[in-house]
Amino acid sequence: MAQPLNYLKETPSQTAGPYVHIGCTPNFAGLEGIYDQDLGSGPMASDKTKGERITIRGFVYDGAGAPLKDALIEIWQADADGIYNSPSETRGTADPSFLGWGRCPGDMATGEFAFETIKPGRVPFRDGRPMAPHVTFWIVARGINLGLQTRMYFSDEEAANAEDPVLARIEHRVRVPTLIGQRDGDTVRFDIHLQGDKETIFFDI
Amino acid sequence: MSNAPPETTPFFARDRERHPPAYTPGYKTSVLRSPQRALISLEGTRSEITGPVFGHNILGEFDNDLIVNYAKPGESAIGERIMVYGRVLDERGRGVAGALVEFWQANAGGRYRHKKESYLAPLDPNFGGFGRAIADVEGYYCFRTIKPGPYPWPNGVNDWRPAHIHFSVFGNGFAQRLITQMYFEGDPMIWLCPIVKTIPDRHAIESLIAPLDMNASIPHDLRAYKFDIILRGRRSTLFENRLEGN
Repeated sequence: MAQPLNYLKETPSQTAGPYVHIGCTPNFAGLEGIYDQDLGSGPMASDKTKGERITIRGFVYDGAGAPLKDALIEIWQADADGIYNSPSETRGTADPSFLGWGRCPGDMATGEFAFETIKPGRVPFRDGRPMAPHVTFWIVARGINLGLQTRMYFSDEEAANAEDPVLARIEHRVRVPTLIGQRDGDTVRFDIHLQGDKETIFFDI
Repeated sequence: MSNAPPETTPFFARDRERHPPAYTPGYKTSVLRSPQRALISLEGTRSEITGPVFGHNILGEFDNDLIVNYAKPGESAIGERIMVYGRVLDERGRGVAGALVEFWQANAGGRYRHKKESYLAPLDPNFGGFGRAIADVEGYYCFRTIKPGPYPWPNGVNDWRPAHIHFSVFGNGFAQRLITQMYFEGDPMIWLCPIVKTIPDRHAIESLIAPLDMNASIPHDLRAYKFDIILRGRRSTLFENRLEGN
């Protein structure tokens, strides 16, 4: 017998269920008066935040093409200079007016989500090469057993996208467009397809 | 928060044999909400090993007391009074100081306070069913609540969820983000539940079952259940000849 490694094992995931809003966005669910505001709700940028204002909008579709109306989407991104507002960030101090994290439930009638944020700067890959500007997404809902992780890149960053080390790794090039948010003025549209011909690329990170 | 320097290494690879797969047809909603293509593996970059951290300033006085946080003054929720406590740890056994834990649940009769919920069991006017806590320097969190009841759901013709509390947990990297459910020791409904059974490994299921802890119970007041939450560990930096750990 060798010595045991004694690592603990990660707690297994379970679905967030249909009532995730009660716990994560109670004001949105009509349970007002306990939290001043839902965590991560509202504009991610204030008047003081540096950077270009954008709104990311989209739907999450199931394998039958129906939009999910009970999904919860969280995003995490760098500031305009490519610095994360995190204790694990070692390259400098992020814009103090920008947390970089947002949480949005899909609209209960239509399923659409929206984040008012800024366009992130470029962040280095592990080997130092710059990644293209991107926003990290995490999607949970009824019927999703383990949160799905993906990234949104920007359609107006063709040159940066072409040299992005993560996008370059994707063998089936025909799938790369599923990660590109479509820029139209101040809006970036990013639809997520859980399953089927247009299935979004999800990452094991 | 501790004074230890922040950790900047990637996380251990997630053991996906331990988590439920995406496609679990016994849980019907997963059929159309499960990706069919393989995930693309990506060793954590700065975008995943960093994550938001929340301060105690977000917490209200009763955020971790579901017995009173929605109740009228002087009143309290009806049901079995319990405390749920435990530690947020990582796979190396280190407490995750500052971890934000959010939780939500049905009331004692199995009724959720949600506009899309129509189960005939009544709402409790003094119970909202949600709260949050931030782990202390050793990773401990704690909240008071009432024990939730089981409730029926439209999956099979006679499917009932075991009593459970939903948990959403933030570590300090976005790749540690986790949502799960806590069950209660001894509940026979656990082993009948299609959502529980999405997890293929019995030991993994058992790690979601909180034991009764009479040592932490308060006489003539409430009983305690202990629920530790394990988040992904970070790689070590024992050797410094690599840019970002080994």
